Amino acid sequence: MTTERRSAARAQAIGRVFIYGSLLVLAAFYLMPLWVMIMTSAKSLDEIYGGSFIGLPQAVTFEAWAKAWSQACIGTSCTGLKPYFFNSIMMVVPAVVLSTGIGALNGYVLTKWRFRGSNLVFGLILFGCFLPFQAVILPMAQVLGRLGLSGSISGLVLVHTVYGIAFTTLFFRNYFVTIPDELTKAAQIDGAGFFRIFFSIMLPAALPIMVVSCIWQFTQIWNDFLFGVSFTAGETSPVTVALNNIVNVTMGRKQYNVDMAAAMIAALPTLVVYVIAGRYFVRGLTAGAVKG
Amino acid sequence: MTRKKSFSDRLADWLPRLVMAPSLLVILVGVYLFIAWTGWISLSSSRMVPQYDFVGLEQYYRLWATPRWHTAVANLFIFSALFLTVTIGVGLVMAILLDQNIRAEGALRAVYLYPMALSFIVTGTAWKWILNPDLGIQKVVNDLGWEGFVFNWITRPDFAIYTIVIAAVWQSSGFAMAIFLAGLRGIDNSVIKAAQIEGATLPRIYASIIVPMLRPAFLSVIVLLGYIAIKTFDLVLAMTNGGPGNATEMPSTFMFSATFRRNQMGVGAASAMMMLMTVAAIIIPYLYSELKESRNDH
Repeated sequence: MTTERRSAARAQAIGRVFIYGSLLVLAAFYLMPLWVMIMTSAKSLDEIYGGSFIGLPQAVTFEAWAKAWSQACIGTSCTGLKPYFFNSIMMVVPAVVLSTGIGALNGYVLTKWRFRGSNLVFGLILFGCFLPFQAVILPMAQVLGRLGLSGSISGLVLVHTVYGIAFTTLFFRNYFVTIPDELTKAAQIDGAGFFRIFFSIMLPAALPIMVVSCIWQFTQIWNDFLFGVSFTAGETSPVTVALNNIVNVTMGRKQYNVDMAAAMIAALPTLVVYVIAGRYFVRGLTAGAVKG
Repeated sequence: MTRKKSFSDRLADWLPRLVMAPSLLVILVGVYLFIAWTGWISLSSSRMVPQYDFVGLEQYYRLWATPRWHTAVANLFIFSALFLTVTIGVGLVMAILLDQNIRAEGALRAVYLYPMALSFIVTGTAWKWILNPDLGIQKVVNDLGWEGFVFNWITRPDFAIYTIVIAAVWQSSGFAMAIFLAGLRGIDNSVIKAAQIEGATLPRIYASIIVPMLRPAFLSVIVLLGYIAIKTFDLVLAMTNGGPGNATEMPSTFMFSATFRRNQMGVGAASAMMMLMTVAAIIIPYLYSELKESRNDH
C-alpha cells in the first residue's frame, strides 16, 4: 500500500516538474526579444559586430539611446525620434479622449434608451471593429486632402477617432447592459433627464470600463502604422513610422544598437501602461473578442 | 387630458436618437460610404489620381493577371494556415498548463501577453535582428562550436514567410491563451471531479471533456486570428519589407505598394476589395451569430 502511494506521489511530482519546466521554457521564449533589444541597445557597435547578440554587454553604454532619441537620421533630417514621439503624444491624447467619450454616450443610448432599429445601428457600428483599413484608405486620403488635413496630426486624430468609435461603443454597450435598468427608471421618476442620468449615474458607475477603453485605444493608436504611413510624411509622422525609417536605412554600417534603442523608445509608453494596468488591457482584449 | 406634446417633450423623446446620430453618420460615411467609394475606384481606370470613369472589372482582371498578387494570395494561405494552427496550439497548451494551480500564474500570464501591447513595427524590428544570420541566432550557435549550423530563413525567398509566422505566433499566442483561459475558468468544476472519481487521468479529461467544451472560445480565436492574418502589414514591412524580392508579399503590402508606390490605384483598390470580401465572409456570419445569441440572453 505504501509503495503504491509513493509511486503515485512520484508521478505527481514528475508531472509538476514537467508543468513548471514547460512554463519556464515558454516564458524564456517570450522574454527573449525584449532581453535582446535591451542588451543590444546597451552595447557599443564594436561589441555587437564582434560578439554574440544575446549576452550581457561588457561595458554598458547609453550612447545608442541618446542617439536614437535626438540624433538619428530619419530621411534627411537628423533629429532622432524626439519630435516624432511628441507627434504621437499630440495624436494619441485627443483621439483617446474623443473616442472614449463618444463611445460612452453611444453605449448609454444603445442600452438605456433603445429605439426602433437600435440593434441594427449597433450591428452597423460593430462591423467597424473588423474593418480592414485598406478598404477605406483611398477615400480617406481624398477627404483629408479636401478638408486641408492631409499630412497633419489633426488629420490622424480625426481618423483614429472615427475608427475608434466602433470599439469604444462595443466596450460601453457591453458594460452598460449589465447595469440594471431600474436605476435609470428610478432616476427618471425623480425627474432626472437624459444627460443628468448619464453624468451623475452612468459615468461614475462606468469607471472600470472607461479605464479599459482608454488603455485599449491608447495602445491601438500609439501602435498604429498604416494610417500614419498613409496620411503623413516627413516631420508630421508618428513615432512608429519614424522608427521604421530609422531601421530601414540601408547606407553604411548598420547601427543595430541605435535601432534597438529606438524600438525600445517607441515601445516604452505602451509597455509602461501594460505593466501598470495590465489587468485592464487584458479585459479590453477579451471584451473585443467575446461579448461581455 | 390629451394635450399636444410640447416641443421640449418631443425634443426629449428624440434626444437619444439625436445623440446617436453623429456617430451613426460618421460610421456610415467613414465605413460604408468609403467602402463603396473604394469599390468605385476599383471599377475605374485610376492610376496616379482617382478617375471616376467606369471600365468594368478591368482592374480585377489586371489584378489576377499579376504574378505578384498570386504570390501574395499564396503567402496569405501559407501564413494563415500555419499562424492559426500554431498559435491556437501554443495558446491552448499555455492555458491548460496555467490552469493547474500554478504559483506566480499572474506573472507568467503577463509575460506571455506583453507582446500584444507592442506595435508590430517594434516586434518586427526585434525579430529581424534575432533572425539576422550574420549576427543573430545563427552566429550564436556557430560561436558555441556548432559551425555547420545554418538558420538564414529570413534571407531565403522560399523560407522567409516562415520567419514571419514565427514572429506572428510570438505576438499573438498570449492572446489565444487569454481567451482559452477565460473559457477554462468558465467550466464547471463538478464535471472534472466526476470524471476523476470515475478514474480518468488528467490528460484524458482534458482531451475528451474539457477541450470539446471550449468550442465558443475556439470560434472566437479562429475568427479573430483570421482577421489578424488578413490585415498583417506592419510586421511584414518591418521584418522583410515584402522581400527578398517579393517573396513575403501579402495582400496588405501589395495593396499599399500598388496604391502609393506603383501608381496603380485601380489595381490597389481592387486588391483592397478582395481583402474586404474575405474579411466580411468570415466576420459577418460570426457577428450575426454573436448578436443573435446575446439577444436570446434576455
